[in-house]
Amino acid sequence: MRGWLLHHRKAAGQAVRRLAATPVSTLLGALVVGIALALPAGGKMLLTNFQSFAQHMAATPQLSVFMATEAGKKEASDVESRLRRHAQVREVRPVPREETLQRFKTSESLGNVIASLPRNPFPDAFIVVPRNEVPATLEAMRADFAKYPGVEHVQLDSAWVKKLDALLRLTRLAITLLAAVLGMALIAITFNTIRLQILTQGAEIEVSRLLGATDAFIHRPFYYFGALQGLAGGVVAWLAVLGATLLLRGPVAELASLYGIDFFLHVLPLADSALLLGLAALLGWLGAWLSLWRHLLD
Amino acid sequence: MIRFEQVSKRYPGDIAALSDLTLAIESGEMVILSGHSGAGKSTLLKLIPAIERPTQGAVVVNGQNVSALKRAAVPFLRRNLGMIFQDQKLLHDRNVFENVMLPLTIAGVPPRDAGRRVRAALDKVGLLEREKAMPIALSGGEQQRLSIARAVVARPSILIADEPTAHLDDDTARDIVAVFRSFNQVGVTVLVATHHEALFAPCMTRRVTLSHGRLAP
Repeated sequence: MRGWLLHHRKAAGQAVRRLAATPVSTLLGALVVGIALALPAGGKMLLTNFQSFAQHMAATPQLSVFMATEAGKKEASDVESRLRRHAQVREVRPVPREETLQRFKTSESLGNVIASLPRNPFPDAFIVVPRNEVPATLEAMRADFAKYPGVEHVQLDSAWVKKLDALLRLTRLAITLLAAVLGMALIAITFNTIRLQILTQGAEIEVSRLLGATDAFIHRPFYYFGALQGLAGGVVAWLAVLGATLLLRGPVAELASLYGIDFFLHVLPLADSALLLGLAALLGWLGAWLSLWRHLLD
Repeated sequence: MIRFEQVSKRYPGDIAALSDLTLAIESGEMVILSGHSGAGKSTLLKLIPAIERPTQGAVVVNGQNVSALKRAAVPFLRRNLGMIFQDQKLLHDRNVFENVMLPLTIAGVPPRDAGRRVRAALDKVGLLEREKAMPIALSGGEQQRLSIARAVVARPSILIADEPTAHLDDDTARDIVAVFRSFNQVGVTVLVATHHEALFAPCMTRRVTLSHGRLAP
């Protein structure tokens, strides 16, 4: 047992020394692997965020009732009172057009554009929370509200949530496929690095064999090398995703607030981070295994 | 201790290196293997650590038929043999100490014991004060002594050397012969292939001559 641990410590140390001996190629290798992994990892981060957002939305289906822009205050208050009297309505939140205008005016990027418009482009609106979430009832409510005088458009928010959900499922599949393809790229990169390592260490491998080294003894440092390179790539990918998250957080929150949504971009969760690093190391190990199998077992 | 039983070795292209060779080497013997270039000396030596396998016959080392050994068992056979190669096979990116350390690392000897044994081996061949030197900085004789230290550090019972005095001047070669003799005197079985057999004459050892892959009378 002690001998086994000793061998592993030696092999790990040897792998670290070989990586440190060629810092530039080690760094470039980690960057290549890191960038390849950053794409699916970043996709996963966005997906996780939008998924939790979609779930949050789906939990409280709403109807948005928009008045025509030329409708007056009188019609708006009539519609509001009819909405409040409706048997299926639990809550009505009016969104006056002046308030919407104000909210957009304070936005950095859109403020100027909005201010330059000759008149308020936004209509009065109401957000209606229904008493139950049966799709047929919601559909019936939408049809009712659309007939109210001065109402231009009624949007059933659960419909777009469903569409969003379908879109997210599709995105998830795309990210999984992307991860599979780039995972294979990682294996190919490690395969090639290990092949070069085997060529460089040719003399050492030959002498070790003659002195009674087992295959396991000879292969072990290469496994560590592959796994460490993968892990280094995983760390690069994780840092890239973290950086992107922090950079995007402000602008995304601002955009969301314009829609009256409180949205905070979260960093990659701990489980996903662990999965990313573990998978990167595992794929590096796998690339090393393939390379050793191809180049050392005669 | 080492027995060749009707051993033949053919290389691809129907080149016969050894033909129907039978030879026994007893424990504690020192045997000088001589013969012209291409007589089969190197092939004979390579059969003992299973670097080559015989086409026919059996090679038995310490009661074990190494010609039938599984691939996975070969490393453990080699750990009990000390080998000195014609081209020395030193690792030039490691210093003297690290070169001699390698067999002990492979065998999993704990570092503290290993360090002591490396210094003992270097002391025996007179290289103790050069332990930090790189092989390239050593003279031809010192390089050969280094490869002997690496061969004996794991305390093998059998020492095999292929042309250990090649490319050395006579005085240096005599030093190397003396080193082999001292190991033989403490009970190590020594088998040396050489065409400098005169150098080994003072050892009063057994001499085996090969000619065209057969024992010469």
